[in-house]
Amino acid sequence: MTAAVETELTTTIHGDRVSLLRVLGPAHVWALGVGIVLVGEFTGWNFAADKGGALAALIVCWIVGLLYTSVAMIDSEVTSTVAAAGGQYAQAKHIVGPLMAFNVALFLVFAYTMLEVSDAILLGDTIVAKAGVEGLTHNSFIAATIVVLAWLNYRGVLMTLNVNFVITAIAYVSIVILFFSVSPWTQGAVLKLNELVTPANALPYGWIGVIAAFQFGIWYYLGIEGTTQAAEEVRSPARSLPYGTMAGMITLLIAAAMTWYVCASLMPWEYLGITYYPLWDAGKLTGSPLLENLLFIATLLAALASANGCINDAARAWFSAVHPKYRTLYRSILFVLPMALAFAFIADLNQAITFSILSGVLQYTFMSINIMMFRKKWPLGSIRRGYTHPFHPLPAIVLFCLCMVTFFAIFLGFGSQLIAMTVFYFLISLWFHFYRYKFVRRGDQFSMPWPRPQGY
Amino acid sequence: MWMTVSYACWGISILLALWMLYDWFKVDTTYSEDVLTSSREGELEAVSEKHRI
Repeated sequence: MTAAVETELTTTIHGDRVSLLRVLGPAHVWALGVGIVLVGEFTGWNFAADKGGALAALIVCWIVGLLYTSVAMIDSEVTSTVAAAGGQYAQAKHIVGPLMAFNVALFLVFAYTMLEVSDAILLGDTIVAKAGVEGLTHNSFIAATIVVLAWLNYRGVLMTLNVNFVITAIAYVSIVILFFSVSPWTQGAVLKLNELVTPANALPYGWIGVIAAFQFGIWYYLGIEGTTQAAEEVRSPARSLPYGTMAGMITLLIAAAMTWYVCASLMPWEYLGITYYPLWDAGKLTGSPLLENLLFIATLLAALASANGCINDAARAWFSAVHPKYRTLYRSILFVLPMALAFAFIADLNQAITFSILSGVLQYTFMSINIMMFRKKWPLGSIRRGYTHPFHPLPAIVLFCLCMVTFFAIFLGFGSQLIAMTVFYFLISLWFHFYRYKFVRRGDQFSMPWPRPQGY
Repeated sequence: MWMTVSYACWGISILLALWMLYDWFKVDTTYSEDVLTSSREGELEAVSEKHRI
């Protein structure tokens, strides 16, 4: 009690101690999660069609949706209880230990920074493709995307996520407008699903193609777990985080289904699997200049929203000094900025995306183990949980199994990168264990006022 | 027109980057390191959640 009162006194005196502001609500959590992810509907998911055909892209849409529903359920429980910036890093620190926390922090920073890089490259390439001007390169647009969004994040989280809410909503509404503009209830008028997806070409590579498609099926929802990073800035974590995350998942499942239906009904799988702009192309194929321009703008907005959310999350995963005026993690934002610019100028889109996906799947694998340990160390009733997810341990088992399938799919497509990254994380863990661990202050590890875990 | 937009993007990027660097320098020289790094993750939650069951 004394410790709690002291904490209350010290955190509220501005100028003496500075902390993040609690100014966000469920809509901001939704904007953060869906904002990061929605770009995956505008590009990325469609490469699953190249791996296994149009039907494989739909099958993985639902199965990977199950993976992410498990992620959202597990995340909602743990984050509404470990309500700290840093998300899965703070969870690993409390539930597993310093070495796992170190690895998870790296997964998070790489996943979000590489996704931000991919978004900026996509935005630059989309503008260059639209302009069609000789000598115009994407570099200036990449730089502006990364720097302007870093500045926005630097100035305050409320404005950052208000902007994200608006641009994400516009991008989402554009998918809904496209869907209803092509008379989805009438096949043959605009849509030709029965001609483009037939029993003969639905699964051109059989079921192994479906497995291979998992690698890009991740794009339908990659980043929804980023909602947890807002834990320390939402007014009511126990209410806002589960609401925002679950609403985000429902929104994305609907968007993914509509996107697949329209795109698979307008483009043959051979083209759908290689284009960088499936929704923009769908807009063009309707023959309506209005829809074409709307989907072009929506592609840009989705990329912006994703990069914006990624900067927000990467900074919170890193966590450092808090700006006394803007109450943001200004040093983290500035630290990640040159990293993002360097990768955006030297890396290609495929490498950046693969790096992001691999780090993300490693993080999901950790989450499945993390929730088992959390329930074992602090069983129901021992601490107050903001939300308790049902059917435990089924979501954790489903999540773990689907992560293994995804690793196999990545191995099929990007085996050398998978091995290189695994070796990287192994070596960096050895470095942490032998050289860095001695500096860890074990007493500072637990910031939650919880009872001692069972078995300790 | 697109080339002008491209140059404007470079200009805006440089200006904002310089402003952030200036503000970073100003903040770091105005406030002590103890104040700037005084925030602890989960601290506010510790105030509201007592976990007395």
